[in-house]
Amino acid sequence: MALYRDEAIVLRTQKLGEADRIVTVLSRQHGRIRAVAKGVRRTSSKFGSRLEPFNHVDLQLAEGRTLDTITQAVTVTPYGARLGNDYDRYTAGTVMLETAERLVVEDKEPSLQQYLLLLGALRALTETEGPADGIDVRPALAVLDSFLLRSLAVAGYAPSFDACARCGVVGPHRAFSPAAGGALCPTCRVPGSASPAEGTMVLLAALLTGDWARVQEADPRHAREGHSLVTAYLSWHLERGLKSLPHLVR
Amino acid sequence: MYEGIVQDLIDELGRLPGVGPKSAQRIAFHILQADPADVRRLASVLTEVKDKVRFCAVCGNVAEEERCRICRDPRRDPTVLCVVEESKDVVAIERTREFRGRYHVLGGAISPIEGIGPDQLRIKELLQRLSDGQVTEIILATDPNLEGEATATYLTRLLKDLGLRLTRLASGLPVGGDLEYADEVTLGRAFEGRRSVDD
Repeated sequence: MALYRDEAIVLRTQKLGEADRIVTVLSRQHGRIRAVAKGVRRTSSKFGSRLEPFNHVDLQLAEGRTLDTITQAVTVTPYGARLGNDYDRYTAGTVMLETAERLVVEDKEPSLQQYLLLLGALRALTETEGPADGIDVRPALAVLDSFLLRSLAVAGYAPSFDACARCGVVGPHRAFSPAAGGALCPTCRVPGSASPAEGTMVLLAALLTGDWARVQEADPRHAREGHSLVTAYLSWHLERGLKSLPHLVR
Repeated sequence: MYEGIVQDLIDELGRLPGVGPKSAQRIAFHILQADPADVRRLASVLTEVKDKVRFCAVCGNVAEEERCRICRDPRRDPTVLCVVEESKDVVAIERTREFRGRYHVLGGAISPIEGIGPDQLRIKELLQRLSDGQVTEIILATDPNLEGEATATYLTRLLKDLGLRLTRLASGLPVGGDLEYADEVTLGRAFEGRRSVDD
């Protein structure tokens, strides 16, 4: 039974047997890990509360034949406790966790970028001050949209919001199609493409690059339109829809 | 593989939660060797439980009649309502003998990642129960984990303008435990919810 240690974010927990749980985490060095946490549902458990979804933890694991076992857990940051008190942000956070779980396809395959992205997004979602002077606390939906776009980009599904996704002609263009991979020029435009406002495309590009000053200037109308395009793009590339998305408070 | 009916019994037992093929075989042979009267009693309880038990029309708890024992009991205080996730929680609270009000069983907790939102729980029924104005206090007794907290937060937002007394079960140090072994979230909650002892 080899022991190893890693930092991780708890993505999902499932009940197992009488008092155990199977915990799915996204770790810094080992990517996605599914591990058994024994006895954590008992009130006397020493680390039950640490292995709640969203929490950033430092884990010690023992390698097993099919599933590893969590032997120790220490909290780094309890994001879960903060999100449990804010229902809207909780639903946004759940969509992030499910997306991360789906976009990291292989267990134990390192994916540092997804890990850092999720960690940054949880930090942004639970912050009480804006990221810089003159920028307010970021709205939950903007944090979520930005995470979804960047997470898709890391997974290899980066959308294009300026150049045409088919022929590469420099934009801005007026058509957007999730199936084609983003913006489309008038010649490449496919039937059924959306025709978002120019401001929406500017906002989406800002969300993808993390240009928060520009995101904050955006019109609420553009933010709404942008959000529906992001979720359409996500659903297309994940093939199966996310279970948590219908429950998101918009 | 055993002959026909014995293998069928092992297969059926093996479908129960926590029972693997070896345990199923052990239980099957125990049944084969047991007194026929004992086995008949077990069989009749199994069929009876499926026929008789249903969910209380008022609170959602398991019941043998249209309304459960607690909802029928006139001595229970109808002004205090304790909201729990499952029937098992009602039993746990009943064991304390501290609570004399009535219950409302939600049937789970909000967990978007499993596809369970407010509409999948008995929240509409809760609001209906509150409409006659008899209830004056609601105790949110969902589990002290993330889903339970989120459910309590959602219900708080929904109910806070109804002019009721809204309380949440306290979290903190387990009785009979050591302070040094408490995890930081629980210990933090214990500090948050500390009470004065000098009045």
